[in-house]
Amino acid sequence: MVAIEGLGRLLAEHPFFQDMTPEVRDIVVGCCANAHYRPGEYLFKEGGKADHFYLIRQGSVAVEVHAPGRPAVVVENIGEGDIIGWSWLVPPYVWTFDARAIEQVRAITIDGACLRTKLEANHELGYQLYQRFIPIMGRRISEARLRIVELTTDAVY
Amino acid sequence: MVHNDIHATPAAGHRLIVGRDGLDALIAALRGEGYAVIGPRVRDGAIAYEPVDSTADLPIGVIDEQNGGHYRLNTGPEETLFGYTVGPHSWKRALYPPRQSLWTAARDAEKGFTIEKPDGTPPRQAFLGVRPCELRALGIHDRVFGVQPHDAGHGAQQFTDQGYAARRAEAFVVAVNCGRAGGTCFCTSMGGGPQAEGGYDLAVTEINRNGWHDFLVEAGSEHGRAILDTLPGRRAEVYDVQAAQAVTDAARGQMGRAMVPDVADLLAKNLEHPRWAEVAKRCLSCANCTMVCPTCFCSTMEDVTDLTGERTERVRRWDSCFTLDFSYIHGGSIRQSTASRYRQWITHKLSTWHEQFGTSGCVGCGRCITWCPVGIDITEEARAIHDSTRGTAGGTPEGTNEGRA
Amino acid sequence: MDGTLPTRVNASPAPAPDPMDTRPFRIVRRIAEVDGCFTLHLRSLDGRPLVYQPGQFNMLYAFGTGEVAISISGDCRDLTTLVHTIREVGTVTKALAKLKVGDVVGVRGPFGRAWPIEEAYGNDILFVTGTIGLAPLRPLIHEVLHRREHFGKVVICYGSRGTHDILYEKDLHRWRGRFDLQVHVTVHSAPSGYRGRVGSVANLVKIARFDPEHTTAYVCRSETMTRPAVQALHERGVTSDRIYVTLERNMKCGVGFCGHCQMGGSFMCKDGPVYRYDTIEDIFTVREL
Ligand SMILES: Cc1cc2nc3c(=O)[nH]c(=O)nc-3n(C[C@H](O)[C@H](O)[C@H](O)COP(=O)(O)OP(=O)(O)OC[C@H]3O[C@@H](n4cnc5c(N)ncnc54)[C@H](O)[C@@H]3O)c2cc1C
Ligand code: SF4
Ligand code: SF4
Ligand code: FES
Repeated sequence: MVAIEGLGRLLAEHPFFQDMTPEVRDIVVGCCANAHYRPGEYLFKEGGKADHFYLIRQGSVAVEVHAPGRPAVVVENIGEGDIIGWSWLVPPYVWTFDARAIEQVRAITIDGACLRTKLEANHELGYQLYQRFIPIMGRRISEARLRIVELTTDAVY
Repeated sequence: MVHNDIHATPAAGHRLIVGRDGLDALIAALRGEGYAVIGPRVRDGAIAYEPVDSTADLPIGVIDEQNGGHYRLNTGPEETLFGYTVGPHSWKRALYPPRQSLWTAARDAEKGFTIEKPDGTPPRQAFLGVRPCELRALGIHDRVFGVQPHDAGHGAQQFTDQGYAARRAEAFVVAVNCGRAGGTCFCTSMGGGPQAEGGYDLAVTEINRNGWHDFLVEAGSEHGRAILDTLPGRRAEVYDVQAAQAVTDAARGQMGRAMVPDVADLLAKNLEHPRWAEVAKRCLSCANCTMVCPTCFCSTMEDVTDLTGERTERVRRWDSCFTLDFSYIHGGSIRQSTASRYRQWITHKLSTWHEQFGTSGCVGCGRCITWCPVGIDITEEARAIHDSTRGTAGGTPEGTNEGRA
Repeated sequence: MDGTLPTRVNASPAPAPDPMDTRPFRIVRRIAEVDGCFTLHLRSLDGRPLVYQPGQFNMLYAFGTGEVAISISGDCRDLTTLVHTIREVGTVTKALAKLKVGDVVGVRGPFGRAWPIEEAYGNDILFVTGTIGLAPLRPLIHEVLHRREHFGKVVICYGSRGTHDILYEKDLHRWRGRFDLQVHVTVHSAPSGYRGRVGSVANLVKIARFDPEHTTAYVCRSETMTRPAVQALHERGVTSDRIYVTLERNMKCGVGFCGHCQMGGSFMCKDGPVYRYDTIEDIFTVREL
């Protein structure tokens, strides 16, 4: 299967998958697919079932908060090489934001629902995924906190 | 350059033994040269530095009793003029007044406003009774206000306080060596001692030999020598110099307090220490310690506008790092807690002053201990931190593993 | 003998300019900027220009109200006009905001240490700033561009809250048009459809192209936001001895006499406000210092 082999190499080169044991990587690669989004197209929507995560290969994605009666507000954008989406890993597996392509986006989608079923049986897989997702979650949280600080303290600079 | 090294062989005329009439002649001579002579006087139960006309104005037969939070004048040996030690005043009042008008400005249709500076002629002041620790404090202010260059500016531009410089240049300094250590003195552990080592025009040691009362006067500058030569008295002999030495030696032996060694490094390494919170429970943040300290120099700037709004005056006033406003920046003060303000004060005096001015900011005069309403003692606070590090400067305090958070 | 004993000072002090004297400057132009900020263009009334270096500040005096520390924001090669950008926050800045073209302000300065430039010759240059922090950096950006040939890549990372409060947007736009400058702008939030970056300034540091081992970074942010900026620089491999930051304290005199601006062993008005990060690193996180 040439396509999977190609994806496998792509994943192996990505920092997120670096030092993953080959066995675990093979499982993840088995759950991967290529995807393409046009500008304005949603990768996922708030409230939707969180069954995937995404590795952005090209283009950038806006993380938005929907505000009724008003245009949505972009709170962050995720660019090339970044991973987006961790709600698939945490119950109740529901998206808390919208993610929308700002421009042409090429991404690899990884089927979290499929991985979830394997985690219980394969703790090594679980460990290696948590090992990679927890730092991302930590960084996002501390960044969000700092931005609250920046927006709420009336710093002169 | 420091004048008049006491260990050098005295040339004839450099040292004189005078009686009280000699000191009166000194005051008269200074007044004759146009000096306002400022010296110690009893005022409201304390020694204050105020204009004096003759030795009759001095605190004759008065000594002080001092301890943490305690000051009282008592009757001392009859006839002594300089039996007291230091009071709440220091010479900074004369060289760096508590309120200074920097300029006044008036609105002007054409130029926006015009500025007028007060008459810049400095007062001609002679200080009578400058204690050795106070001499050192003067030397410290000379650095702070840019009269004396120092190498601790790390290459930063050094400015000169014009008003201070002018008053300082005019001042005539008569030092008085100490025959007694005050109850809160610790100058010897701050690198000083009860004997003036230089930086004066004249230095006086009061000698009491079995009720025989006189003064050894030494010159430390050309001007001092010129005046000395006019005083009634006799040339000092070696035994007079030895008697004067015995006076200051006695005072040296009386120091009841001492600063712990290597305190600069010790405090720098203990910016996070439980002792700060502990002392903050007692400290009232009243700022007394900073007001009486002869080296504290913080000030603020105020603009005082008249009712019409047409004229305004820029005033510089003494300020204190113990006030909450002191560190205010838009949004709030940097030093909110009393603990942080006490830490700022003591670390500045004993530690960061070295980085800024190449010297300690404390001369060991003990005023801050005496005049603290709750008797907080700078030597005791430093010692508490010292002891908690098991005597090793720079260790971390016992019971906490944190260095700096 | 102890070095602190006073020396007799007999000669009258040389008539050096008194650092407490304020000089009259007329407002020749006033520009309303974003986010409660305004820029004043000033011209000296005594005929003497004010010569300064990028990063230095002045004490600006509003008649009858008071004085505040404000960084200089123009091009230091233009000696005819002194430029200040000010955010209206309290008593004095509000009084300054009320002034019109033709009015006169008092100026004392320039004070403080400048951003070092020559130390960075041969290096890539990274400016990290946000909101009004661009104001104190602008003279340095101008100067780096004047001396462009001495530097490798030059990168500006700038962040603001929204898309409508980007300071000096025209300058940023012009700089962005230069082929020898990378300009990254990020905002905290934006309307949907915004094509620019949304996120933190620290993130810009992560994506900017420069050679970390040969980069000098100049950070001009509030104290709280300086920390993540420095952390992002460290993560990229820019060491503390090549990071310059500015800090802010209450300032009354500007010349080391009043004590208000003290932090540890330095007076920010003369030893700062620009610091090489490694010189303050160990006291930077001590609270209430
Ligand atoms: C080196 C330096 C450079 C600065 N550059 C700029 C600049 O380019 N543009 C700009 O808009 N602002 C700048 N600031 C901040 C500016 O000085 C304050 O916003 C200003 O002092 C607020 O004064 P206020 O009277 O309007 O506010 P109030 O809140 O009424 O302040 C009262 C007093 O508190 C003190 N104070 C309050 N906030 C500050 C502060 N942030 N920093 C220092 N002292 C403060 C001042 O003594 C002031 O007079 C700078 C500050 C420093 C230290
Ligand atoms: S800190 Fe206290 S003991 Fe030291 S010089 Fe000041 S008042 Fe005197
Ligand atoms: S240490 Fe004593 S004198 Fe100083 S502020 Fe505290 S209570 Fe007042
Ligand atoms: S502002 Fe007065 S000492 Fe720095």
